[in-house]
Amino acid sequence: MLEIRGVHKAYGANPVLRGLDLSVDPHEVVALIGASGCGKSTLLKCVNLLEPIDAGTITLDGIEVSAPGADPDPVRRRVGIVFQSFNLFPHLSVLGNITLAPRRVLKMTGAEADERGRTLLERFGLADKADEYPDRLSGGQQQRVAIVRALAMQPDVMLFDEVTSALDPELVGEVLDVIRDLKDSGLTMLLATHEMAFARDVADQVCFLDDGVVAEQGPAAQVLRNPAEARTQQFLQRVVAAGRL
Amino acid sequence: MSAATRQPVVPYRDPERQTFLRRRATRNRSVASISTVAFVVVMGVVVTSSPGWPAVHRAFFDGEAFRSSFPEIWRAFWLNVRMFLVAEPLILVLGLSIALARGLRAPVWAPLRVLAAVWTDVFRGVPTILLILLFGFGVPALRVKGLTGEVVVWGVVALVVSYSAYVAEVFRAGIDSVHPGQRAAARSLGLTDAQTSRHVVLPQAIRNVVPPLLNDFISLQKDTALVAVLGPIEALRQAQIYAEDTFNFTSYVAAALIFIGLTIPLARYTDWLLARQRKRQAAGGSW
Repeated sequence: MLEIRGVHKAYGANPVLRGLDLSVDPHEVVALIGASGCGKSTLLKCVNLLEPIDAGTITLDGIEVSAPGADPDPVRRRVGIVFQSFNLFPHLSVLGNITLAPRRVLKMTGAEADERGRTLLERFGLADKADEYPDRLSGGQQQRVAIVRALAMQPDVMLFDEVTSALDPELVGEVLDVIRDLKDSGLTMLLATHEMAFARDVADQVCFLDDGVVAEQGPAAQVLRNPAEARTQQFLQRVVAAGRL
Repeated sequence: MSAATRQPVVPYRDPERQTFLRRRATRNRSVASISTVAFVVVMGVVVTSSPGWPAVHRAFFDGEAFRSSFPEIWRAFWLNVRMFLVAEPLILVLGLSIALARGLRAPVWAPLRVLAAVWTDVFRGVPTILLILLFGFGVPALRVKGLTGEVVVWGVVALVVSYSAYVAEVFRAGIDSVHPGQRAAARSLGLTDAQTSRHVVLPQAIRNVVPPLLNDFISLQKDTALVAVLGPIEALRQAQIYAEDTFNFTSYVAAALIFIGLTIPLARYTDWLLARQRKRQAAGGSW
């Protein structure tokens, strides 16, 4: 469904992705792990076309979306992204946040967008927050709203960029539960995460990124329990030593 | 523990600390009052005992002159109010358009972008009174058919041109103050650049710049008096006429009081808005 081939991306003179290959099948959940600065977030931004790539191709259902000059808006309608820092619109209510894109981009009527927004909020236990403003919500609630906002566009693929990193530990669980729920519903997902235990539970495939390429890829249990590559082993040893797995 | 069994929690404050804090507050208030009264008395004595005071008192604070000049100045002030009311919306629209033009990135808009940059540079650089003289005496002298020769109109045009340059920069600062993550989030949902500006960036930007905008409008209210150099009889010009007729300057003080009467409420409102914004930011919210 999503094919990433030989993608290079540099910020100025600093190469971040160096010929990265990755493919995600329909209904598959792929977790990206790796040290800070290894390029996980950059890769997700490139897939969503928020950052232009320098070389390589990204194809979605066989259509190349990364060609220079291609219109990014239709792609973004199909690929949802959730950020580490929520980025909810502070001047809009929760429902306003969720219905903005369906109304403006999908041209739904206000009533239709509201109804679908409320249904989604109910599904994720946020029905009573529909008319609140984001600054009245906890971090966990804000991140769940951000996920619902992306889901309201009915994306084919969802990208999650370390969505629990900005949360207090006791709020991480409620956000991970939402992602589990989405996996059960069969949504295709690519997620960058520091939560190794979560990656092991929820991901079909785990990709270890190092030095701008996928250094190791395989079923979650295998990569996390019996990594084949020496650098994966080293990384996981540091994670275990920090008590994160 | 269920919510029903939970006792309401009463904050506990040490009575000794409370007494100390209350005493200190009382002392601070008395010190502030005493020092204010002392300051006013000293200033009053210094001014009224100066050798020129009797002459100044006659020339600037003559009760009779105040009473006889005030009604006409007050009537003339209506022209200032009208200039302000016409100029203000035009400045907002023009200033916002210039700020938006500077943000256009498509190559086809390059001329607009350059024009907007030149506009803000040039018209912030020229003193407002000079613009008023150039527009007010220059444009009618062209005697172009269809263009009004009414100097007040050209005075207002000059104010709009001058203030739009400042207000455009205020709007631009507001747009820059919106976090880039907001734009990224909106674009990632498939909103176009224009939709992102309209529905996500501008509503936040404008809320952020309301206090500095009001500050510019306080300044505009009094700068309408600069149009007096073109001759129309607004408050300052009326005060000047009275002073020239009677050789008494009390009419200027009357005009000043009228201007203050208009600007102080807006200044207080701006302070209140700023304080509210600070409080909300301190509370962690954006609004």
